[in-house]
Amino acid sequence: MGMTITEKILARASGKPAVQPGENVWVNVDVLMTHDVCGPGTIGVFKQHFGPDARVWDRTKVVIIPDHYIFTRDEKARRNIEILREFVREQQLPYYYDVGTERYKGVCHIALPEEGHTRPGEVLLGTDSHTCTAGAFGEFATGIGNTDAGFVLGTGKLWLKVPPTLRFIFTGDPPAWLMAKDLILAVIGRIGCDGATYMAMEFTGEAVFGLGKIAAEFAGQPISDRPVGFSPAIEERMTLCNMVIEAGGKNGVIAPDEVTEQFVRERTQAAGTRTDFEPVHNDPDARFAAEYRFDVRTLEPMVARPHSPEHAVPVSDAVGEPLDRAYIGSCTGGKVLDLIAAAKVLRGRSVAIPTFIVPATTEIERAMDRIRLNGQTLREIFESSGCIIGPPSCGACLGGPLDTLGRLNEPLRCISSTNRNFPGRMGHKEAQVFLASPLTVAASAVAGRIADPRDVLN
Amino acid sequence: METKFRALAYVLGDNIDTDQIIPAQYLVYNPAVPEEYRMFGRYALSGVPRDRAGLPSGGVPFVRDGEYSTDYQVVIAGKNFGCGSSREHAPIALNAAGVKAVIAESYARIFFRNAVNGGYLVPLETDERLIEAVRTGDLVEVDIDGCRLVNLATGQTFRLKPLGDVRPIIEAGGLFRYAERSGLLKR
Repeated sequence: MGMTITEKILARASGKPAVQPGENVWVNVDVLMTHDVCGPGTIGVFKQHFGPDARVWDRTKVVIIPDHYIFTRDEKARRNIEILREFVREQQLPYYYDVGTERYKGVCHIALPEEGHTRPGEVLLGTDSHTCTAGAFGEFATGIGNTDAGFVLGTGKLWLKVPPTLRFIFTGDPPAWLMAKDLILAVIGRIGCDGATYMAMEFTGEAVFGLGKIAAEFAGQPISDRPVGFSPAIEERMTLCNMVIEAGGKNGVIAPDEVTEQFVRERTQAAGTRTDFEPVHNDPDARFAAEYRFDVRTLEPMVARPHSPEHAVPVSDAVGEPLDRAYIGSCTGGKVLDLIAAAKVLRGRSVAIPTFIVPATTEIERAMDRIRLNGQTLREIFESSGCIIGPPSCGACLGGPLDTLGRLNEPLRCISSTNRNFPGRMGHKEAQVFLASPLTVAASAVAGRIADPRDVLN
Repeated sequence: METKFRALAYVLGDNIDTDQIIPAQYLVYNPAVPEEYRMFGRYALSGVPRDRAGLPSGGVPFVRDGEYSTDYQVVIAGKNFGCGSSREHAPIALNAAGVKAVIAESYARIFFRNAVNGGYLVPLETDERLIEAVRTGDLVEVDIDGCRLVNLATGQTFRLKPLGDVRPIIEAGGLFRYAERSGLLKR
């Protein structure tokens, strides 16, 4: 019987000729990622069970990226970074991106591909639910807890249940204003925030591979001091896979193509990480638990109302609703393409409500000074429109310590390009958070109320 | 694993995500440090909006101000309990507060896995809409082997689903002990 991409990766990782959905398998892990919020607990579990002098199973397969609570005066948050540093020294880990150094990156899910840690066909586990973002590279990537991560640190293995795959097929030629965020919100709105629990979600169809038009003119341009080009298509695929967890999905996956392979080759070569990989594809007779079809010509920009991503509605149902604040940032909404999209709306306009821009990584922050629209850099556009620009990190996406820039410390109504709007997610538990694409957030920031970006772009 | 016990119930709605179970500002504490582990109990479920905290009335604090443990050792919830962030601090918070079991219509995958693999609490499932049949503060009896829950306040009995293939991990006390017992982990 044929297998899906996810099944094939898990079969290979468990050394079996074939696996079936529902089967529990022990897999060999290719990359384990942790960060400042879950790293200290993970290290604690590792030391408790393997002993104070234990070594990690493979120092080249452990990646530690502090990103959550970086720009805060909170003493415990700073102490947690020190725990990571000490562990990295003790274990001599090569892939650590320390705070306050040139190596500092920002949001782990974006830093992983930038630093050459994502490859088709591999198994990536991380102590963060949005680890699923890396499914965009045709690999199996999912979030785990501290106990599982501590176990992996010592053994390089973990048991996983093979998920059945739901297939989401997007047909039609996507208009430039339609972003990956609109597609994934449409999916979550259709299947609900537990519609894919325990399942893999594969995204396919010509529209998925045609995403990124809003920034197409910048494709291939260098955006940093590295010999790597900007890929609007890859960034949009990451946004799609990033939010499968918001539907309860175990992993998201997109079949690797030439764009994926070129991106991974460039990034791994530039970073000096492992460059070999074996892409896998669905067998022709692979079985899917269900298929959902979307014609992108019938989709509108989407907005998810409080307090769940499943409360997604077409923007025309929400236009005019009042707002106090706008936020553009995070792994799902603070990438280069997201900032270009926002700048296209904000150029020559002023925001009507406090608007925060937080690039996901330092590389994206540098891109803000390199990429120009009609001669103005992205940073100049944001500054002249009245936005507040923050340093790269997870920022206020998850609230965080009380002194986090942009955190909702009062019960405000905020539109955000982030991925979650459950109660209290961005700070105050009575705050109202609306989720939308960076285009819709930027248009709404200008209007001071929920607005349709098509009215601005046209 | 304690298989039969009585406790007061705390009732919540659907889609209780891990930010509501333990808000992000408290993730600065390190669960590997015992004095800090206690702090997760202090703030367990403190992110649930007031009107939905302790159904049906709402407005019932799960842990009283300044305390570290709860009067309610069984949490009863609707569907998709523990969705959102993968933070293991969520089942840790419930464990630190003294919760023995959660009974929900369904769970988000990572919360369920963390609860089982960390050995923090027993995540039970039911097909019954328990959140409409149990009130916060009701005394309930949980019988894991008998697959039932009795609401001693009303005398009603409800079916629970068997634990299934995670039972050996829960009985062992978590992933590490399970892996040792089954010979997968030699140290």
